[in-house]
Amino acid sequence: MKVSIDAEICQGQGRCFSIAPDIFSFDDLGNGVVIGDGTLTKQTLDLARLAQSNCPEHAIFIEE
Amino acid sequence: MTIKPPVQDFATDWDHTDPQWVNDPYPIWEDLRQRCPVAHTERFGGGWFPATHEGVTTVAKDTENFTSRTILVGNGRPGEEAMPAPIGVAPPITSDPPFHSIARRIMLPYLAPGPVNAMEPQVRALCQRLLDDMGDHEIVNAGDEYAQFIPPAVIKQLLGFPPGDEERFREIIHIVMEGVDHTEEERLEEFVPVEEYFRAQIEDHRENPRDDFTNYLLNVEVEGNKLADEHIFGTMLLTLVAGIDTTWSAIGASLWHLSTHPDDLARLVAEPDLMPVAIEEFLRFYAPVTMARLVKHDMEYLGCPMKEDDWLLLGFPAANRDPAVFKDADQFIIDRAENRHVAFGLGIHRCAGSNLARMELRVAIEEFIKRYPRFELADASAVTWAPGQVRGPRNVPVRILKERR
Repeated sequence: MKVSIDAEICQGQGRCFSIAPDIFSFDDLGNGVVIGDGTLTKQTLDLARLAQSNCPEHAIFIEE
Repeated sequence: MTIKPPVQDFATDWDHTDPQWVNDPYPIWEDLRQRCPVAHTERFGGGWFPATHEGVTTVAKDTENFTSRTILVGNGRPGEEAMPAPIGVAPPITSDPPFHSIARRIMLPYLAPGPVNAMEPQVRALCQRLLDDMGDHEIVNAGDEYAQFIPPAVIKQLLGFPPGDEERFREIIHIVMEGVDHTEEERLEEFVPVEEYFRAQIEDHRENPRDDFTNYLLNVEVEGNKLADEHIFGTMLLTLVAGIDTTWSAIGASLWHLSTHPDDLARLVAEPDLMPVAIEEFLRFYAPVTMARLVKHDMEYLGCPMKEDDWLLLGFPAANRDPAVFKDADQFIIDRAENRHVAFGLGIHRCAGSNLARMELRVAIEEFIKRYPRFELADASAVTWAPGQVRGPRNVPVRILKERR
């Protein structure tokens, strides 16, 4: 299971890294970035899904 | 100001300055969602208002068919008088692609989470100072003694403007936001002191460079070139106008909510960890900002015959109440976990100051309820909501209650 952010869609709304700071961070412009390679565990999947469901831009994708 | 007849039917004659809309727009929008869902008006020279989340997001992301060269609805079609895109008066908010992304990239590093988090201790100290000044009166004004002082101080700090000029900021915002229905000639005349003020600040920063956003704008280079003076002025003006009464409206509305919903206040006091989630619900429910676009060319869009230079009012607050996207959309749910609200807009014009606004809102509420864990609205009739494209309560008189033992 992997999570990714589409950098073309992300506008730096800042929701993902405040909801799940262990999964997401931000770059110099404040756009969201995935920490590491985005691999999710059973424990982190729910949090990643929660971030996904809060992204106003629909920029977060989860491969299950 | 022109005296306008009251609106009889918002579906065919919407007016965001009508008292009914200003005082309680939510039932109007719900009605429009069921009947239209895109409302029309002949006022302001003609315009459209999509009331659904889908309509708002579709337009916000569509820079092919809509331009941002004017974002405040005025009393007529802007036509040739509006500054041409792509740059506009206040880049990047008034810019279209491709220039928009250049102007935006210049701003964003200064407003990213890193620098914003570094400002938090100062904002907290400011809030504490304001609360100290309010003292132990029985009734305090969470609006004009508290909320409205926070963003001006933050923006003053950010731009490096002199202390004591906050009243000046208010005049400038008034000129920009509320002069929109004046003639072009009046507008130009009103803008003279605004330009003079900014020119003096820029001059002072050139002579006495310091570490602030103004000096950053003076020094930043794009492909080896410094920014044009108009660009620097425009971005500074944007920072001041967009960074002040927007945020104070959000702070005021949130404290007004807590003063009228004791259960939410008690829960927030008891569960400080709830704050980030609560902040997003405050933003969804009381989103203060509505933006405008202009239709670029004649077209059939969202089922409507839109004409070039028609206004398109982007009701982010209306989108946030759409039951098609939000369960129990008309209920304030302080622990709402899924909250895809669009209070800061979306697409390429997402509010560049959203990290700053969110931090100010959180710190302002945290400090207020820490100082006053129990309070209630003292005089509902004193609460008046600002009209136009930034909506928030100016006065929020609250009675401070004794803590329960």
